[in-house]
Amino acid sequence: MTQADAAIARRREVQYQIMWNRLISILEEQALTLVRTAFSTSVREAGDLSAGVFDRDGRMIAQAVTGTPGHVNTMAASVPHFINDIGPERIHPGDVYLTNDPWKGTGHLHDITVTTPVFAHDSLVGFFACTAHVVDVGGRGYGPDATEVYEEGIRIPIMKWIDRGELNRDLVSIIRNNVREQDQVLGDIHGLAACNETGRRRLLDMMAEFDMDDLDELTSFIFERTHAATMLALENVPNGVYRNTMTVDGYNEPVTLAVELTVADDGMHADFAGTSALSPFGVNVPLTYAQAYYTYGMLVALAPELPNNFASLEPFRVSAPDGVILNAQDPDPVSVRHVIGHFVTDLCLGAIAQAIPDVVPAEGAGALWNFQASARSADPQKLLPPVELLMFNSGGSGARPTLDGLTATAFPSGVMTMSAEATEQIGPIVIWRKEIREDSGGPGKYRGGLGQIIEIAPSDGYLFEFSAMFDRVDNPARGRAGGGDGKAGAVYLDDGTPFASKGKQTVPADRRLILELPGGGGFGDLTERDSAAVLNDQTQGYVR
Amino acid sequence: MSVRIGADVGGTFTDVVLERADGSFVSTKVLTTHQGPEQGILAGIEQLASEHGVSLSDTEQIIHGTTLATNALIERRGAHTALVTTEGFRDVIETRTEGRFEQYDLNIVLPTPLIERKDRFTVSERINARGEVLLAFDEASAHKVIDKIEARGYEAVAVGFLHSYRNAAHERRFRELLLARLPEVSVSISAEVSPQMREFERFNTVAANAYVQPLMASYLLRLQDELQRRGATCPLYLIHSGGGLVSVETAAAFPVRLVESGPAGGAIFAADLAARYGRDRVLSYDMGGTTAKIALIEDFTPQTAKTFEVARTTRFKKGSGMPISIPVIEMIEIGAGGGSIASVDTLGQIRIGPHSAGSDPGPASYDLGGEAPTVTDANVQLGRLHPSTFGASDISLSPQRATDAISAAIGDALGMDADTAAIGIAEVVDENMTNAARVHAVENGKDLAGFAMVAFGGGAPIHATRLMDKLGLDELFVPPGAGVGSAIGFLRAPFAYEAVRSLYTRTDQFDHAAVDRLLAELQDEAESFVRQGTDAELTVERQVSMRYKGQGWEIPVRLNSGQFDAFAVDGLIATFTKAYEEFFGRAIDDLAIETVSWSVRVASVLDQPPILELVSAGAVVTPDVQRPIFDSVLGDSVPSGVVDREILGIGDAVDGPAVIVEAQTTTVLGSHHRAVVQPDGSLRVTRHETSHS
Repeated sequence: MTQADAAIARRREVQYQIMWNRLISILEEQALTLVRTAFSTSVREAGDLSAGVFDRDGRMIAQAVTGTPGHVNTMAASVPHFINDIGPERIHPGDVYLTNDPWKGTGHLHDITVTTPVFAHDSLVGFFACTAHVVDVGGRGYGPDATEVYEEGIRIPIMKWIDRGELNRDLVSIIRNNVREQDQVLGDIHGLAACNETGRRRLLDMMAEFDMDDLDELTSFIFERTHAATMLALENVPNGVYRNTMTVDGYNEPVTLAVELTVADDGMHADFAGTSALSPFGVNVPLTYAQAYYTYGMLVALAPELPNNFASLEPFRVSAPDGVILNAQDPDPVSVRHVIGHFVTDLCLGAIAQAIPDVVPAEGAGALWNFQASARSADPQKLLPPVELLMFNSGGSGARPTLDGLTATAFPSGVMTMSAEATEQIGPIVIWRKEIREDSGGPGKYRGGLGQIIEIAPSDGYLFEFSAMFDRVDNPARGRAGGGDGKAGAVYLDDGTPFASKGKQTVPADRRLILELPGGGGFGDLTERDSAAVLNDQTQGYVR
Repeated sequence: MSVRIGADVGGTFTDVVLERADGSFVSTKVLTTHQGPEQGILAGIEQLASEHGVSLSDTEQIIHGTTLATNALIERRGAHTALVTTEGFRDVIETRTEGRFEQYDLNIVLPTPLIERKDRFTVSERINARGEVLLAFDEASAHKVIDKIEARGYEAVAVGFLHSYRNAAHERRFRELLLARLPEVSVSISAEVSPQMREFERFNTVAANAYVQPLMASYLLRLQDELQRRGATCPLYLIHSGGGLVSVETAAAFPVRLVESGPAGGAIFAADLAARYGRDRVLSYDMGGTTAKIALIEDFTPQTAKTFEVARTTRFKKGSGMPISIPVIEMIEIGAGGGSIASVDTLGQIRIGPHSAGSDPGPASYDLGGEAPTVTDANVQLGRLHPSTFGASDISLSPQRATDAISAAIGDALGMDADTAAIGIAEVVDENMTNAARVHAVENGKDLAGFAMVAFGGGAPIHATRLMDKLGLDELFVPPGAGVGSAIGFLRAPFAYEAVRSLYTRTDQFDHAAVDRLLAELQDEAESFVRQGTDAELTVERQVSMRYKGQGWEIPVRLNSGQFDAFAVDGLIATFTKAYEEFFGRAIDDLAIETVSWSVRVASVLDQPPILELVSAGAVVTPDVQRPIFDSVLGDSVPSGVVDREILGIGDAVDGPAVIVEAQTTTVLGSHHRAVVQPDGSLRVTRHETSHS
């Protein structure tokens, strides 16, 4: 190579870096637009969506960072299914495809994934895909009560939403006739398609700006760089086998999650043998979703700076025997797969902590304490319209090796809470209390994050019917390295009536429901806690 | 001859501009005096007055903007403050959104609340979402809290009760009881500071106001006294974050409205230029030492918002700061300034910022002890900045230092020579700013095609032509006085006040009487503040934020004047639907529409600036001096002209590759750019279409 050639090559390298960042920026713009337009609460409050760009073989080149680790691998794995099921010979310019198949998309029917091929000069150069949680998919409605996926709603196999520019009106009609909030659901699907279209145009602009015919060289550059960096990060973990088990409350009986992590030269394998059997209810987790929370846990611990793409995800492989709760198969019910799925991160971090004890935090509250209720007229004679309510609430996260845990903050989910004032504007609810739960963090050199206490009551002649889905009531978050456990959660009425942490129950019109959210586990020995921190805990009332 | 003075106190420099009655102006930059910021202003004013033979008694108006309130929030240098709130909601400002602003960081540190838990107290009372009393105000529990406020000697008290934007009676009652017992305490209530729904934002805003109030009130009084002692008996006005002027009294009562007032001045500066040239879509680009700020200006009016975030703790990341709910000129700010430090990450990618070398130690090329390569160093390496033409007289630029720093930190790590590494730094920072501009446009539902750019601040003219190319814009203006743009902007601001309050209602259950009443109250409130400063004719703009039922984001919709009746509601629905389509490309039929917050902005009518005709290129200036400068499009260093901006006359044209140098900045022209000097001295830069690939 001549000196001039070398200079050109290095310039090209800077350009590739620019393009890589540009791709991520394009995807984040798309995600942002989806957040703003979406009707689904979990999309706008929790960032329950994803957007990615893929090469022509369906390998993910870049992804937007959103609030939902659950989409990390699942969406990455979905595009090859699209290529396969549509058939390469039927992929044309102007096409848009979609599916909500839990095993080919992102783990439950409520997530719709839309994929759009990109053609430059008449040849296929790649795909855009994006996913968002929609308001309704028919069936029983959102909840764990179905015993088969068929009851959970309409399943759309991978098919064409738009064929060479022509909208598939039959499919629109089928969806319109099978979901409850037709306009919102169809509106969101159109939004997803528009989001890919914006991405497609911006990608073509970028290719023109940098004078490219295809994405091949850029893709190789990104994958090579990422692969090298991922392998370098993995070198921090000695080869070996690391095991962990963790028991959580589960839906109707305790669930034990088990993992065996095998770290080798070429990557890391998680096997979930030993995990409890499938549940009869929709808390089962497709393996692709469990893999997402495992991979998220490993990346956040080992290589937090790495952008997600095929090469950063590929080294994290997964397996599970048939019949375990982390390996749901068609037609197992999977509607609320996140409740157990979110614990997979702490499970796998607990295993890898044996290799990298200075990085991994103690266990945290894990699953969110969402309050999803129907407000109904307390007096059946009165015709008050029913109102659906939803609040997201988080307990404490685990203490870190050098820092206290986070109080009332979600992990691994990126969910945010809603304003109490805004919630009260929407429905017949009074939130009497939403405050830090003192003394709930696990003690230790670093204290677990505190949970919170919430008191809510129906108002204006209503009562609440709701399906409780609260975990860590019987099984608190465990401390690490000598740190104490966080306080377990509790659920009861203000007259002292105990409530079950799971299942359908009613809050009468004249009562308040009290939720005590669990705290995170502590890290290290309490006797080593800095005396100023001890004093501050008392001054602020974090510890009594 | 009467003059007007604009004074902008920034983190590093205090800019003072003195404008004569004929519209000509002179300016100076002095170092900010952090111990007593009024000293810097007074020094600047006196320097200009004596140099230009002006007597301070001839001053007609002094307009001031300051980062003092912002800095007090960032550095936590406010008063010993208590927050009093509704029982059950003591921790709202601590638990925040319950989310993590960074998904991939196990060691994330959330911002500590402005007021610690031990300083937060609760009173038994409750008002519901409709403004009705659910639980009566308990005077005994209020007195217990006041006992503690007295015993612990708080200087300032913030009061924020749930739903006080609908019914302020309990907040007012608490203030009454408190002041009856402790008249010297400074009290802020959320129903007056920020009557908007959403308790985290409102409580934080009232807390911030109380926290900075003692400091700001005493500073403003001192400044006013000192000015008067020196013979400047004219009124002093403050510019607020919404880009209007308010009296010293209003500023002292609501100092949180002064946060980010300097950048607001910059946006007004750009809007003024937009009006002069009749450009109805303008992208305002301001780049200083630490950050770059981008704002959109349509119909000669900067975009506004009702809430923003200050004191971001982590890489300017959304969610890492504290929310402030007040009317503000909307802009995006990123860690991309001349002093921003370049580094290499684990992927072997060049990263810029967020750390800045600031003015101490400064970029490596300043030779003041800085070792890390900065954006400025890359510009030196590429020949865009040069020792012979660098404006700051007290800095002797060292290209060798730039080369060494770039090689050590970037070149060696990536196997590149210093030139290639510098190209990388410049490209990455330009790309970061471009991406920020695009994201900002998307967030506002805008397409940047057809926008003109206005560049100001020391760094912007160096990078503006590159941004213009990357964003596909066809026109760039670099106005005269670009280095002190914000302070000039202060002099172009109207007296203005925006009153905002939340009133939740639905278009299918619209409460006309309540809305009419609210709008009338808001107009009275805004007008009373504006009338403290002017007798001029006033304009009134009314807005409401709306969304479809079930959505979480609102979009602003402008209201017509007049009363609300059924007909007006139909009009409102139509306007919202149109605005929604503009933002998001499609509207949704048959869904109920909700209103959240209503606002009325009252502003004085300013004299329209004279409309200027564009001058086309006359004589093409042949530069006397040439030096090699890197050209981004040619991808190589090429001999480029060096032109002194002072020698250019109206109609003179400069063709790239060239740099146009002046005291406080340098305008870089690529090989395909041409600058033509306009009647007001602005440089107007366009591309030669023929050479553009």
